[in-house]
Amino acid sequence: MTTGITLDIDEKRYPAEAGHHAVIAIRRLHAAISPNEFCVLFGPSGCGKSTLLNIIAGIDRDYSGTVRFAADSVPRIGYVFQSPRLLPWRTVRQNLELVLPRGADPPIVDGLLAEVGLADTAEFYPSRLSGGMARRATLARAFAIDPHLLLLDEPFVSLDAAAADRLRGLLLRLVAARPATVLFVTHDAAEAVTLADRVLMFSPSPGRIVAEMPIPIPREQRRDQDIDRLSGELAKLGQSSVRVVADSPISLGGPRRESRRF
Amino acid sequence: MARFSAAVAARAISLMLLLAVWEAAAWLIQSRLFPGAAGVLQTLFYEIVDGDLLHHLGATLMRVVIAFAAAMVAGSAIGIAMGLLRSLDALFDSWIVLFLNLPALVIAVLLYVWLGLTDTAAITAVALSKFPAVVITMREGTRALDRDLAAMARSFRIGPWRTLRHVILPQLSPYFLVAARSGLALIWKIVLVVELLGRPDGIGYEIQVFFQLFDIRRLIAYALAFVAVVLAIEWCVLLPLERHLLRWRA
Repeated sequence: MTTGITLDIDEKRYPAEAGHHAVIAIRRLHAAISPNEFCVLFGPSGCGKSTLLNIIAGIDRDYSGTVRFAADSVPRIGYVFQSPRLLPWRTVRQNLELVLPRGADPPIVDGLLAEVGLADTAEFYPSRLSGGMARRATLARAFAIDPHLLLLDEPFVSLDAAAADRLRGLLLRLVAARPATVLFVTHDAAEAVTLADRVLMFSPSPGRIVAEMPIPIPREQRRDQDIDRLSGELAKLGQSSVRVVADSPISLGGPRRESRRF
Repeated sequence: MARFSAAVAARAISLMLLLAVWEAAAWLIQSRLFPGAAGVLQTLFYEIVDGDLLHHLGATLMRVVIAFAAAMVAGSAIGIAMGLLRSLDALFDSWIVLFLNLPALVIAVLLYVWLGLTDTAAITAVALSKFPAVVITMREGTRALDRDLAAMARSFRIGPWRTLRHVILPQLSPYFLVAARSGLALIWKIVLVVELLGRPDGIGYEIQVFFQLFDIRRLIAYALAFVAVVLAIEWCVLLPLERHLLRWRA
């Protein structure tokens, strides 16, 4: 089971603190994400994308507006943060077991660790992992709860290009085997159009969605020249949409399919 | 392992040297008020076998254990609460500073006056003189808690109990260990003064008696026995505990 999300955030404001003015991180942000959709949130740094993920995850409740899930029950949310946020005093296996819902079957941890290539390092403490291995562990942790919704906040940003590429492949394999609605934050246009069913473009702060770009080519058929062309379009869309002041986001491409499976 | 035994050997040699210097000094001074190492160790042996040393040592250790536990539990609870709640911190910070600067002697005298010359007063006085330092250390640890890990715990909805056990307590344990080790070092010195002032047993009381009798040989023997026990607690309990709790840092 996965879940759709309807976002209506009127305003998210960080109050003034010593030496800092109050900051409005998000203003009038509206979006609907379909069940099973792989949705990329694309925009410049500091435009409120991470703030939005924290609001959806329920970490940040200090905002005005609503976040509604289509699922009947409270959705299980797997979150992959920008830094790994593994507990340094627990082994890789214990880090995964920690998030399992009560009564969950511990062997799924072993299966996931094997799937992300960490079967041999399950008993390591995180300080012994390389950056790429720590990312794999955080992906496995997010999937360990069998999530309805996956939130990923620039998860591959600190890795070299080849490692990031391998991890994007791993992420797509994991999502294909366990369908979930995905919200993936990035400021890398090529990464956005490689992964997304649909890209939602953020304005600079205060963040709102100013444009959206469905990617019409099925993901597995996207070739390198498609990626180059699409990321060029996305960059251009970014420049033009910054000047758009309309309240409703502009849209490119054909009508959006309601639900997508891959 | 080779390095470990070398370190032990070095320590043993150093200890033997200290005893030799002590014995030589006593032989040179030739005074009843400066007994040699051999005489003191002999007295220590007889006091353990035939005398009341174990009784007094037990009484003192019991006071140390209760006061230590009370100061650690209460100090941790209040320190963590003050670290979490800014209003509580603002309210009580000056109280803590005041208590921290109140001499243990004053606390002991006041409690003996108010509660009588009882064990309750003695143990409370010892615990109170350690308590503010525990509060300050644990407050520091609570303020340093990692917000990112807290957010992780909340987003995965692991619940308050698992958050406490797996996310919060491991971050506080280094601070707790610092408070415990410095606490033990402080308490076992204060407890002797408190006993000397108002208890009919314990190492502190005996030291007062030997002082009045000018029985320096037994005075040093009692002190040595107590130091040995405290060092054993430090080496056999606190150090291994620290190694276990911080094993992930390797």
